[in-house]
Amino acid sequence: MVQTVTTNDTATTNDAVILLADAVVVLGGFPALAGVNLQVQPGELVALRGANGTGKSTLLRLCAGLAALSRGSAHVMNVDLATNRAAVRPYVGLLGHRNGLYADLTARENVQLTAQLIGAQRHDVDDALARLKIDSRVAATRATSLSAGQRRRTALASLVVRRARVWLLDEPHAGLDTAARVELDDILHEATQAGATVIYTTHEIDRTDGRVPRTVTLAGGVVATDDSSTHGVSR
Amino acid sequence: MRQALVVARKDLLIEWRARLLLVRVAPFALLVLVLFAVALDSEPLILRAAAGLVWLAMLFSSLMLVQRSFDVETDDGAVDVLLTGTVEPAQVYLGKMLAAFAQLLALATTLVLGAVVLYGATVGADHLVLLVTATLSAAWGLSSVGTLYGAVVANMSGRDSLLALLALPVTAPLLIAASRATEAAFGSQTIDTASGWAWTALLVVFAVTFTAAGAAAFGTLMESDA
Amino acid sequence: MTSTTGSATSAGNTSAGTATTGTLFTRIIGAAAIIITAWVVVSAFFITPADVQQGDSVRIMYAHVPAAWIAYLAFITTAVASGISLVRRHRTLGFDRVAGASAEVGVLFMGLALITGSLWGRLTWGTFWQWDPRLTTTLFLFVTYVGYLAVRSIDTNPQRRARRSAVLALLAVLEIPLVHFSVVLWRSLHQEASVLNPDGDVRLDDVMLFTLFSGVVAFTLIFVWLVMHRQRLAALQDAQLGAGLEAAIAMRRAETVA
Repeated sequence: MVQTVTTNDTATTNDAVILLADAVVVLGGFPALAGVNLQVQPGELVALRGANGTGKSTLLRLCAGLAALSRGSAHVMNVDLATNRAAVRPYVGLLGHRNGLYADLTARENVQLTAQLIGAQRHDVDDALARLKIDSRVAATRATSLSAGQRRRTALASLVVRRARVWLLDEPHAGLDTAARVELDDILHEATQAGATVIYTTHEIDRTDGRVPRTVTLAGGVVATDDSSTHGVSR
Repeated sequence: MRQALVVARKDLLIEWRARLLLVRVAPFALLVLVLFAVALDSEPLILRAAAGLVWLAMLFSSLMLVQRSFDVETDDGAVDVLLTGTVEPAQVYLGKMLAAFAQLLALATTLVLGAVVLYGATVGADHLVLLVTATLSAAWGLSSVGTLYGAVVANMSGRDSLLALLALPVTAPLLIAASRATEAAFGSQTIDTASGWAWTALLVVFAVTFTAAGAAAFGTLMESDA
Repeated sequence: MTSTTGSATSAGNTSAGTATTGTLFTRIIGAAAIIITAWVVVSAFFITPADVQQGDSVRIMYAHVPAAWIAYLAFITTAVASGISLVRRHRTLGFDRVAGASAEVGVLFMGLALITGSLWGRLTWGTFWQWDPRLTTTLFLFVTYVGYLAVRSIDTNPQRRARRSAVLALLAVLEIPLVHFSVVLWRSLHQEASVLNPDGDVRLDDVMLFTLFSGVVAFTLIFVWLVMHRQRLAALQDAQLGAGLEAAIAMRRAETVA
């Protein structure tokens, strides 16, 4: 939990993919975020931890342009979320609590929809489904008949197809079995290798498989700890 | 425009799978026609009123279709996924409107046939073009207004009754125009064909106005806030 | 960023520290409204002559015409305020409050216009309702605004409520002329020689015109007075919420301790 301050503090500010300064988000009169300070560089993998109700989901939604900023400042991909948060949407892929699937469409069709909207190739859909270990039988099943884990994986496949610059995932590991979780970690790591910035929320203590991500812990709507010691990034 | 077609295709595919139009909405609409006949209890009166009753039944049924169109989007937050991306909200609106138009057109055809069968309405060959044009225009207008107000009440509690309260007054001009135009097409004493075409022109004005309004307002309406 | 007040003049404070929504401006307007309304009432009942054909029932006109005028003024006010609140990026909630206040007051006057119009028709022609364009359009306006207020009362999130109702108000601007035009065309089918407007046949002399004019002025003042107070009340409520925010933030951050 050591926060190191480096001298090139100001130089990295402009490159930061996500830059939140004293960000306050009020939902229904309640300050879900009460002054968050956070900087994330491109290609980083960040695990967002914290007890229930500490504002993790709201933080993701803020960065996705879905929640309005009440105070402070927030910039994602150099878009000022205070003035024009809709402009951040093309860069961001959000996997929220809900999966965003159409119940009457099959898993494949749901993923295909995302692909068609962004103009991706057909094989991208096949690749994504394969990557998430969705076999042809499951792919041809309507979303309403899928298990929770299968639905989650379908939603993840859509996210993979999108190739967003910023990935925001809300408890993506929940509902997945051990093997699937390892797969998911692989996918997230691959995404950062390809240049995307990934933030996900989790309750879990991360597995020690050699890739310990930067861990940011929220409490009371603010950042409580920011473990950047392994990455040398200033807070 | 391409994205709008993708959205329209998606909506129609979902409708095809769920078969709501076929199994529930069309039977409901035909049932309404039957109930009108029972309530009015006078064949000459029913025949005179046929055009108006057809469009009245269309109005009520269209609300069911539109409601479903947006429940599908908000049940699992799918529309948020649609919109967090490179898709323009106007494209989503146009796509949903197109899908609604196709369904409403099918429904209108069914109801006109219903009026022919149940009420004894007749359509002369010389009035066929007017009938088709009026029906197309009115279906377009209904789909544009319905999709727009469906977006207004999306995700609100009590949205079923709210949709009716908000959308029906707005569709009154459409009801008047569609009924008069269809009345002319059915061969009325009081309305001549030329007037029928004038009413159809009003339908087009209505449809264009609300399509433009819908495309402009959709993004604002679907913007999330929590 | 949310705004707390958007009106030009701010609410006053009594020495006891509780906020009120009255200021010198509203007191002047209120006084003027009372005086002019009193004059209109006196004139309507005692000074102006009865109509040749309608007799004393023409006196309803002095309430009906101004009420209808205010109904449309409120409609325009709500539409303009809504338009501004959609276009502006910052401090938009003030205009939304004006739109909402104007709609609430407007619905009142729309109802009044409908009731007086209906009564007037009853007294003059024997029927409570005529499908003439003006009355019918006013009815549609009334229903539309009832729906508008319903949406405002259900939606809890202030920003989303502002957006939704602003869109509705602007759609009403499209809807109302269409309704009016359609009804005009529709009724023209029925070969009515004269539109059945009671005031179509009334000959107005100078005193009647002046009373009518005064009525419009009086009602306008009442409208402005009501809207200003209603808008300020809403602003005070929002300010109260905003003030509570600091405390809420402190409490929220304190969740980290313990």
